[in-house]
Amino acid sequence: MTELRSELKESVRIISGNAACAWAARYARVQVISAYPITPQTTIVEKLSDFVENGELDAEYIRVESEHSVMACLIGASYNGVRTYSATSGQGLAYMHEMLHWAAGARLPIVMGIVDRGMAPPWNIWADHQDVLAARDTGWMIFFASNHQEIFDTTIQMYKICENPNVFLPAFVCLGGFIMSHTQQPVHMPDQSLVDEFLPEVPKNGWPHFFLDPDRPITHGNLQNPGGPNIDPSCWYYEYRYLIQKAHENAKQVIIDVAKEYQKKFGIFHGDLIEKYKCDDAEVALVSIGSLADQAKIAVDNMREEGYKVGAIKLRCYKPFPTEQFQELAKKIRVFPVMERSMAFGLIGGIVSIDLKAILYQHPKHPFVLPVIAGVGGRDVRVEDQIEVLKTAVEMAETNEFKTELIVSGLHE
Amino acid sequence: MTEKKYWKWKEIETHTSINDLPPVPLSLPNYGSLGETGDWRTFRPEIDKSKCNKCYICWMYCPEAVIEIDKDGYPNIDYVYCKGCMICAHECPKKAIEQVREKKEPEGE
Repeated sequence: MTELRSELKESVRIISGNAACAWAARYARVQVISAYPITPQTTIVEKLSDFVENGELDAEYIRVESEHSVMACLIGASYNGVRTYSATSGQGLAYMHEMLHWAAGARLPIVMGIVDRGMAPPWNIWADHQDVLAARDTGWMIFFASNHQEIFDTTIQMYKICENPNVFLPAFVCLGGFIMSHTQQPVHMPDQSLVDEFLPEVPKNGWPHFFLDPDRPITHGNLQNPGGPNIDPSCWYYEYRYLIQKAHENAKQVIIDVAKEYQKKFGIFHGDLIEKYKCDDAEVALVSIGSLADQAKIAVDNMREEGYKVGAIKLRCYKPFPTEQFQELAKKIRVFPVMERSMAFGLIGGIVSIDLKAILYQHPKHPFVLPVIAGVGGRDVRVEDQIEVLKTAVEMAETNEFKTELIVSGLHE
Repeated sequence: MTEKKYWKWKEIETHTSINDLPPVPLSLPNYGSLGETGDWRTFRPEIDKSKCNKCYICWMYCPEAVIEIDKDGYPNIDYVYCKGCMICAHECPKKAIEQVREKKEPEGE
């Protein structure tokens, strides 16, 4: 590739959430972009095509025929040891599902923007977490941004986390369809030279262990046999799957370190795996993800004015799940209402609430987890709705009785 | 037949524990790692050297890389590993490769 390096000065741009994704990819100097349009993600790859066409970003821009090919393309590119980016939504993410497993199994540090939207039928293109949470066990790291600045910062941080030799995992950076993707907010962007210092160039000879090179012919992902009680050189499948789990465990500390380093360098901190808001003396903490999490702070402030001891927890990183942080919080917090735009069909509540219940089940203090389904398919979630949930939770904390199994907020019955 | 060149790889590793596994498994090229696959053949490609113009298209297309170029510059098929896919015969522009049905001796009689 040519030595074209566009330098960007520190600036504040009033841009959409999708543009924040594209700008972050540009600042990270991604080398290969693979694109297939899908609402509400389309303007991310459109903006990136502008950058490439104008010569502002030195990247290969590959247009393909489907989302499945988008991911296949990025896998091929990433095997060659380059920084890659793409974005998708809803049905598109479902279509690339097979390749998601491959990217994680091949331990490729691909970063992808997910503008989450409802799954069809009936058709829906608005904020909903069902699409991305359905990909929760693919091995990808899953991050939710709650405002435009966080989209930008998280995307840049993700490259550093994913490319860490102890991690080597792909990651989603999720934002809510339309609520975040198509609204405008000011985003502070640092000087390009600072981002270059923060994110070192990718190694010239590719990632250690697994780059492609015609002078070093190798094949990836060959058959591994099941094996038995004795060690056999062709039977490591189980072990390689377990190494993905270990990489997720390693990633927790890396995420915390990178968030700290980012704060030191740029003065911006969005939390590490979680962000706590007024949780120090709280008995109830509203857990939420994405755009709901920023709004939850307003609900908490309103409740505090009335004298309730409540807080809010933004689940910034869903995979790896911040197990230790929640177990620590559960020592003081009695009730965790979990408000989310998804459903774990056949169980009670949303997908994240089921996971939170699982990790707190054996906690000695036995805190309550109150599942709240809200805003499915982009339906408005008002501050009043969040306050109502908090009030139910406060009542549960005071009476110490698990009265409500599930709140379905905003449903027209 | 030309002498076999076995791939030697300096970095080749044998693993005995999960702790020394690399992040992903890699396979290195190896001569006949599946055994002698020549006996999978139903059809045998046979090169008629009088028709061959040494274009090496068969050599390029062979998916198993079992065609080697001999001293005189003619392609030579290694029948120990050739699986008989007949891609070489299909691609040959001079129709110099003939498709001959293998006659296998009945086993154990």
